[in-house]
Amino acid sequence: MKKLIFALALCLFAASVAAAAPLDTFKGQKGKIDIAGGTAHIPVMKEAAKRIMAANHDIRITVAGGGSGVGVKQAGEGLVEIGNTGRPLKKDEISKYGLVSFPFAIDGVAVVVNPSNKIGELSFAQLADIYAGKITNWKQVGGDDAEINVYGREDGSGTREVFTDKAIKKGEVTAKTNVVNSNGAMKTAVAKDPRAIGYVGIGHIDKSVKAPKLEGMTATQENAANGKYSVVRDLYMNTKGKPTGLTALFIDYIFTPEGAEIIKDSGYIPLKKK
Amino acid sequence: MSKDKITRTPLWLLASALCAAALLSSVFVFITVCAADGIIMGGSGLFTSLWAPEAKSFGIMPMIAATAALSLSSLALGWLVSLGCICFIHGFGGKHISAFLSLLLRVMTAVPTVVYGFASVFLLVPVIRDALGGSGFSWFTATLVLALLITPTMTLAMQGAVSQINDRYALTSASLGLSRGENLIYVVLPAARDSLRGAALLGFGRAAGDTMIPTMLAGNAVRYPASPLDAIRTLTAHIGLVLSSDVGGTAYYSLFAAGGMLLVMSLAANLLFRFACRGISGRSE
Repeated sequence: MKKLIFALALCLFAASVAAAAPLDTFKGQKGKIDIAGGTAHIPVMKEAAKRIMAANHDIRITVAGGGSGVGVKQAGEGLVEIGNTGRPLKKDEISKYGLVSFPFAIDGVAVVVNPSNKIGELSFAQLADIYAGKITNWKQVGGDDAEINVYGREDGSGTREVFTDKAIKKGEVTAKTNVVNSNGAMKTAVAKDPRAIGYVGIGHIDKSVKAPKLEGMTATQENAANGKYSVVRDLYMNTKGKPTGLTALFIDYIFTPEGAEIIKDSGYIPLKKK
Repeated sequence: MSKDKITRTPLWLLASALCAAALLSSVFVFITVCAADGIIMGGSGLFTSLWAPEAKSFGIMPMIAATAALSLSSLALGWLVSLGCICFIHGFGGKHISAFLSLLLRVMTAVPTVVYGFASVFLLVPVIRDALGGSGFSWFTATLVLALLITPTMTLAMQGAVSQINDRYALTSASLGLSRGENLIYVVLPAARDSLRGAALLGFGRAAGDTMIPTMLAGNAVRYPASPLDAIRTLTAHIGLVLSSDVGGTAYYSLFAAGGMLLVMSLAANLLFRFACRGISGRSE
């Protein structure tokens, strides 16, 4: 009888370990993690924080934005445990603060048009001119004779940041740009508007929109991961010195399969820990 | 003694009235203080035309203009339609159709704005895009839907007063030989002037304060409204957009200024209407 109970208890224990494995490392931990910096990271950080705090009420995690610069500064001055950046650290930033970087995801952005649009390819120069308002008709880039409706994202959007930096090379954006506030809203707008041009995270592309080749590159998850598509960036977590305690556990959690799941759900491509 | 008990306000009623007043005024104080904070943090750059956070320029003037333009245009359209509804219900329409219209308006007040917004993205926006050009997300589109949103509220606000006055004068007018329509135009509507104006104020408040419809339909481009087919961004939509992705920094503080601006606008509209009413009724006496 005793043996049976013991066996049952062992089974239960094994099952519970198997079920809640990644979050189990936080058991018995106590304390606070402050996270600040890049806005593209926020959905991943928030979801991870939510799950960790739900599993262990003694841990408090705060997530704030501010941009990559804020991430470097606050992590470097010890105001936060993890400072997020959407770019690799500069040499003087590393030497000044002794920061350690953990790239954990790839964020790729694709230009999208309506599926009925016959445009198959755009160059960076054409794209920049379209967004600057210099090219206003699809026929100027080889399409039908129709006015171009330009769609963009709101200030502070990570998707917009990548697009502005890597696709239109920090070019001007016309004041006529229609602004939508999510990848989903962008997809709906472009899917319904035959004259539209917009951009979404690569993870959001489906049949409702068409992603023309950009400077000869096809926007797919694989190409973004292997470097054949250039409108991408890595997302980094940075800590002052090697992370310890709760902060190290948090970073390890982001690299677990569950963490990868969160990264995928946020529209990014997860990276393995280096 | 017993009379005293009845006339004295019960304590719980007094307490809840005070609570409501205190809550409301603390909201006002909060917004005012934060707006002042925002204006100090944002500096004089807030009242310029350029919104470019990357270039540290936080002008919210185009948004203020857009809010004024959109709420006034939808108020003008919605108020006329409301007046039409009232005339139909109390003067010109058949009994059953009027009752049905009344019921329909009541039901419409309960439709959430996101439903109007969502349906319009799929139904109205493509129609406007194909018929009039542009992207379909425009001042005009948002005006149509906002007018639809505020019409039931305004009509119901008018109806209370109009039906009361109508009940009072209908018999007299009929005995003077006035038809239902004549009674409405020459007797009831002039007597209900104040409530018609009050309804307009109510409609303006709802139109200026609505967030979902301008965000989803007006296109959110930061520029002054010049053509009805232009995409514009209202203060409310602006707050929603920036809040969704930014925390801290001057862009964030400018939102408090935007909120304060909204408060000032509705307050100004309130006072203006009040003065206008007093001026007109003073002269007519």
